[in-house]
Amino acid sequence: MDKKMIRVCVAKPGLDGHDRGAKVLARALKDAGMEVIYTGIRQTPEQVAETCIQEDVNCLLLSLLSGAHNHLFPKITALLSEKGRKDILVLGGGVIPEEDDEFLMKSGIKRVFHTGATTDEIVAYIREQIPS
Amino acid sequence: MDRYKEWDQKTNEKIKKSPERKKTFRNHSGIDVKRLYTPQDNSGMDYERDLGYPGEFPFTRGVQPTMYRGRYWTMRQYAGFGTARESNERYRFLISQGQKGLSVAFDLPTQLGYDSDDPLAEGEVGKVGVAVDSLQDMEVLFDGIDLASISTSMTINASAFVIFGMYLALARKRGISFEKLNGTIQNDILKEYIARGTYIFPPRASMRLITDIFSYCSEQVPNWNTISISGYHIREAGSTAVQEVAFTLADAVAYVESAVKAGLSVDSIAPRLSFFFNAHNDFFEEVAKFRAARRMWARIMKERFKAEDPRSWALRFHTQTAGSTLIAQQKDNNIIRVTLQALAAVLGGTQSLHTNSRDEALSLPTEHSVKIALRTQQIIADESGVCDTVDPLGGSYYVESLTEKIEHEAAAYLNKIDSMGGMLRAIEEGYVQREIQDSAYDFQRSIESGDRAIVGLNTHFEKEDAPADLLKVDPAVEGYQKKNLTELKNGRDNVKAAEALEKVRQAALGEANIMPAVVDAALAYVTLGEICHSLRKEWGEYQERVVL
Repeated sequence: MDKKMIRVCVAKPGLDGHDRGAKVLARALKDAGMEVIYTGIRQTPEQVAETCIQEDVNCLLLSLLSGAHNHLFPKITALLSEKGRKDILVLGGGVIPEEDDEFLMKSGIKRVFHTGATTDEIVAYIREQIPS
Repeated sequence: MDRYKEWDQKTNEKIKKSPERKKTFRNHSGIDVKRLYTPQDNSGMDYERDLGYPGEFPFTRGVQPTMYRGRYWTMRQYAGFGTARESNERYRFLISQGQKGLSVAFDLPTQLGYDSDDPLAEGEVGKVGVAVDSLQDMEVLFDGIDLASISTSMTINASAFVIFGMYLALARKRGISFEKLNGTIQNDILKEYIARGTYIFPPRASMRLITDIFSYCSEQVPNWNTISISGYHIREAGSTAVQEVAFTLADAVAYVESAVKAGLSVDSIAPRLSFFFNAHNDFFEEVAKFRAARRMWARIMKERFKAEDPRSWALRFHTQTAGSTLIAQQKDNNIIRVTLQALAAVLGGTQSLHTNSRDEALSLPTEHSVKIALRTQQIIADESGVCDTVDPLGGSYYVESLTEKIEHEAAAYLNKIDSMGGMLRAIEEGYVQREIQDSAYDFQRSIESGDRAIVGLNTHFEKEDAPADLLKVDPAVEGYQKKNLTELKNGRDNVKAAEALEKVRQAALGEANIMPAVVDAALAYVTLGEICHSLRKEWGEYQERVVL
């Protein structure tokens, strides 16, 4: 039987242009055999949610280094649940102080990966959460 | 047989029994590092031709004859957050601590030409820098700071023409002649397309704004550095040292070509070009990189562009230590990383320096952390003795060999880019971005595989509590800026503002230099967002080519 492929969207919401991490991660996920959609920088929450639905992904990775995460991440999870896609696994990463984790997790971000997290760690976590 | 070969063979025999730590030693650029460097490695070098004397062509040893024996580099800490008032307080603190130049960080909406009340600015106001919507914010930002005696560097690119216009407007309001103004605007759009992401307009319109600034300043603001051609962000995006030099110089070539095409003479603009590089971890590679960049630029300007003014040949640069090397784990160790990087910049002959703070992998730095970073520079300057002679590493077999290697490999990139039809084309095709991404990916893999050791991250780690005492930007900034904007728009002469804005639009559509109209608009309190919005309608916006 064919294994179902994991479809991931790597997104850069907001005005932040630091996309090194997002691109490195996108490539690592691809190398790990996942299907990856990368949005490019400067996406509005609406654009991110739209891409997730259009591309029918099962995982969304949000990368942000500008400090606007507490504002933008919850907007995106709210839009996804509005559209009936609460099932999408949403993860966050970038420069995010640990003290913000609790708020973000309450807003529907399953886990936040902090500075120093490895791509291997993230791949393993996604595989564990989305068994194929 | 020569003595070197004899020694090498003998040593190779020895290491069969006790091997070296690694089979091959490579620096960040992938250059193999030999066990030992001897005069043989510099045999192709001609002292007068390739090194020469400081302050003279090809400037390998430095751009001034006395370097830090005359005066130290400018210690310039990049800062800005929240409101103009808060940032102004930080600037006054830094000046009181002995800092000689300001370096202004703007928030993302300002960098992208959005006012604080723009829906796209939501959540971003005041976060990574100060929010500036109009001349009014500029007045507060520089309150109590004498524009004629300080040099101000502003990290502003796509919207540089407006922010610089506001700075000039402020000078005019205070009755300070433009000739007395010293400072730099980053104004380097090409690296925004490549690596940093704060672009607005398509390349042609952006290049025109830049040449307008070159031309305006050569007549009106003669001591202003009109651009800071930046390798810093290219390196932060993951490039190697060789790529940093190559892509920065390729950008510089594109700017000079565009100015020449617009009818400006090389020697009228080149003396005001400045550069901005990264100082990364590999100490000798970094020192060699700065020296190589200087020599290459001197040759490019003299041989390719036939510049005659020696000031056109001299590559003057600012350095910032590498933000991407900072580690969140055991954050105080970052102080040591920054020290080594700063020392490399000094031994590489930098004109100004920003040292990162230990907590920047986590958030904006606290005042205490910034002070340690500034003190780091002061200790290097006052205590280490490295400033007592010019280019102390010049003549090191290793450093000279590396300098030549980096020059050689960077020149190969420049040739490749020329053969593609120039830097704009190379960027539009995604070539430059792809080269950088490949390097970034290799770098990350080398950390994860353990090939590259990072203390606290993949070696010598320890359990620690989540760090306390991080700087938080007050979320009330956004509301405060919005309220000010509403008051400003109600209080100003709106007929005058509309007229001034229309003049900017007309200038943009025509051939005339846009800067005089922008300065007038700033004086009429037209906002940044109003100007950029109006030009977005005329010129459109750049669409990134996403390459993975």
